[in-house]
Formats: sequence, C-alpha cells, structure tokens
Amino acid sequence: MPAMPSPLHRNPITSAESPAVGVTIEKLSKNFGRLQALKNVSFDVEPGEIFVLMGPSGSGKSVLLKHIVGLELPSAGRVLIEGRDATAEGTLESVRIAMVFQAGALFNSLSVYDNLALYPREHRLGTEPVIRERVMRALQILSLENSATKFPSELSGGMKKRVAIARALVMEPQLMLYDEPTSELDPVMAATISEIIATLKDEYHVTSIVVSHDRELALGIADRIGILMGGALVYLGPPADLKSPADPRLADFFHPQIDLKNPRFKNLET
Amino acid sequence: MKQLNQILEGFGSAVQLLFQSCRYIGTLPRQRARFIEQCYLIGYTTLPIVAILCFFMGSVLALQAGYSMENFGAKQFIGSLVGLSFARELGPVIVAILVAGRVGSAITAELASMKVYQEIDALVTMNIPPARMLVLPRLAAVLVMMPVLAIIGNLIGWFGGAIVSKYVDSIGIEPEAYFAALRRFMEFKDVFTGLVKAEIFGFVVVLICCSIGLNTRGGPREIGASVTRAVVTSLIAILVLDYFVTKALM
Repeated sequence: MPAMPSPLHRNPITSAESPAVGVTIEKLSKNFGRLQALKNVSFDVEPGEIFVLMGPSGSGKSVLLKHIVGLELPSAGRVLIEGRDATAEGTLESVRIAMVFQAGALFNSLSVYDNLALYPREHRLGTEPVIRERVMRALQILSLENSATKFPSELSGGMKKRVAIARALVMEPQLMLYDEPTSELDPVMAATISEIIATLKDEYHVTSIVVSHDRELALGIADRIGILMGGALVYLGPPADLKSPADPRLADFFHPQIDLKNPRFKNLET
Repeated sequence: MKQLNQILEGFGSAVQLLFQSCRYIGTLPRQRARFIEQCYLIGYTTLPIVAILCFFMGSVLALQAGYSMENFGAKQFIGSLVGLSFARELGPVIVAILVAGRVGSAITAELASMKVYQEIDALVTMNIPPARMLVLPRLAAVLVMMPVLAIIGNLIGWFGGAIVSKYVDSIGIEPEAYFAALRRFMEFKDVFTGLVKAEIFGFVVVLICCSIGLNTRGGPREIGASVTRAVVTSLIAILVLDYFVTKALM
C-alpha cells in the first residue's frame, strides 16, 4: 500500500520543514545459499510511526533492516520507501534515511565532531560555521558536547551509541532505522535512548523502525510491533495485544518462564 | 574452477570499482585534503625505504657487473648497464613492489577493517559512495607519486652504482666516466618507458588493494587474509604486467 501523504514537520536540527516517509515491505524474501533468512514478509510502516521489529536472535530482523536501506538486495519481493524501490538509483538521494548500527559503526579515524560533520560536509549542506552549529546542536541533544574532540576508541559503549544517534540526527532524517539501540546499555541509558526515539516521533514526526530485543522499549514506545520468527512475520499489531498473547510462541518469547530446575541443565550441577 | 571464478570475480569488481571512481573525478578538487594526505602516505612515507633499497640494488648491480664485465674488458660500460637497468626495469619494479608491500597492505587493512566494522555500510547509508571518498583520492595520489618515486629511485640507484664503481678496488671507475657511459647509451625514451611502467604498476596495485579491502567479508580474521591476498595479487600483477607493458613499449 503506498504511503499516505503526511504533514510537514520541523526538523530536529535545523528547524527546516521535512515530511516523514512511509515504508512498505512487499512479499520480501531473502536467501543466503540454502538458508532462508526472510520468508515472504509484508507490512507497512506509516509516516511518523514507531515500528518495533522483534524476534529471537537469527530471525532475520537486521537483514530486513539492511534491505530497507539498500545494503542487501532481496531474493524476491521489494521494499518501497515513499512508493520508490529502495534499491533503485536515486532513492537514497531523494529520501534521507539514517541508520544507527548495533555497534555504532563510527569512523574510528575521525573525532566525534568529524564523525557528525562528515555527512553535511560531503553533501555541502552549508558553510563550516553552519555545519558546526548543526553538529553542536545534535551533540547537545544527546548530551555529548564535552566529547566532541574525543575519538571513538575513547568512548564507552553507551556513548558510542549516543554518538551514532547524534550522527543520524545531523542527517535530518525522514526515516530512522535503529539496530538494537539499547543492547549493551545500562537501564538508565536504555531509557534515555527510548525517550530520544519517542521525542523524535512526537516533536519532529520522524518515522522510526527499531529492531530490538528490549521488551520494555517495545512496549513503552512502539505504535506497532512486528515479530519475526524463523524469517516469517508471526505477529503484527499494537503492543497492548502482546501483554497476554494467545499464540504460545509469542507467549514464550514475550513472557519466558525461568525454570531453575530445568532437566536440560542437570549435568551442569556439581 | 572455483579459483578461476574467484579470479574473474576479483577482476570484475576491480574494474567496476575503477568505473565507479571515474564517475566522481569531478569531485577531486574539493577532496584535495584527502588527496594531499594520500600523496604524503604513498610518496613521502615510502621514500626512505625506496632510497635504501634502490641504493643497495644499484650498488650490487655495479658490483656484479664489475666482476663479470672485467673478464671482457668492458668495465667502462658499467654506468650504462646500471643506468639502463634501473631506468627501464629495476626502478619501476622495485618502487611498485615497495608500494604494494608498504602502501597497498595498509590500504587493504584500513578498508577491510572499515568494511568488517560496518563503517563502509554507514557511508553507504549516508549516501557517500566509498569509491568517491576512499578510492578516488588514493588512485589520483598514486598517479602523481609513482613517477616521482621512480625518478628518485633511479637517481639513487645510479648513485649507488657510482659509489661502488669508484670505491671497490677491482672496479675503480671514476664517477665522471661512470656517468659519461650512462649518458652515452641512455635516451629520454628509456627513462620515459620506466615512468610509464611505474605509473601503470602503482595504479593497478592501489586498485587491487582497494578492491580486495572493500570486498572483505566476515570478521577480524578476514582482514589479515585480505591483506595477504592483496599483496600477493599485486606482486603477481606487477610481474605479469611488466612483461606485457615492456613488450608493448618496445
């Protein structure tokens, strides 16, 4: 289904008006040799929505995210961003998509400031003072002003994640993709990241697709949740329905029972 | 069959990378900081090792030639032998091998680690083509620096030969006579041929190393494997190309 036209909203960095974009995943399949990583997955993400994609490890969540940004090519099906094929030439030029990678993917040879300034410099989005203002504003949003001159190797895991989000913000994205944004973070930092994602939606109307294992984050900020298992979409709906799911697979995934006397681990006892 | 496939695949991706980079030639003026940085890395940092190696290669060549040519009473031609050998063959090949070992390996290691740690993916999502930002400045820099390194390598090699010719008793040729013989048989075409070779070798080495680095897949262990593959492929390419370019320029 093509994305609905959306109202213009202020950009978090420059106050410029920019529309959020919708994403359509159409019968998407991906094979890696004999392994079928995605099986006929279809869903829509509305402009300005926070869509959280969950599932066990190896269920194809990150692979799906890479398809949206054109880092992987589908074996079958397609991904549409504002009605344009994600793999078509010109899509990345016409829609600003930012991705926050699981490990940050910061440029290790550049300082935090230069990591953030790279995009506007390469795309010639202003003079150096304009770029500086834009970078400092993003650093301020993520409380990183004092880390501008540091290099990625000097940062903790949580700070790297925040820098990665700040770098994404500098792009003034219409669509933000997050790959496990709260993994390896302490609960306070995880809550901060959740707040940032929610703020981007509420105040700046940025469309967000979040891949996460974090149940708290999903239930707290998602407009809708999709759950992938074995490469297939097994649930698509609001978070409220997942509080007591009827499907036993979803119940197991969302409310795992901890059995301290599990016979599988008997031989571990001394 | 699998290896042949890999070779053809590697060749194809290197050619593709070359065309992608050529699309962005117009962006070179605003990438001058990167270009200058690469000139420094390829040229300036390779210079000491080029100087040392060429000096001793020139010395050994003069020494060997001195002992052999003495039997024919042709010692006075040592200068022309060292001069022509260096200008046409040794200079460009030595410089290219050093660039492959020193610069090429560093390029592959850097790009492969950027690929493994998703920095290349991040560039792609930011709509910054790696061919423009990472490959083009290196290709341009090697085109500028290779002739410079080859000329300096030639001069130092000739100088090494002259020193040995003068100070080794069994040879005992004065520098004036050595350089007179060198000038007598040397033509501009000989030096020019060597510079063309150096240009081609350097360009191919950097292209191979960039291509292998950017096509690295897997974890940190693959970075080392890519570096080894890049250097070995570069060395083979230099020697294979040397034959064909020499034949073409004859």
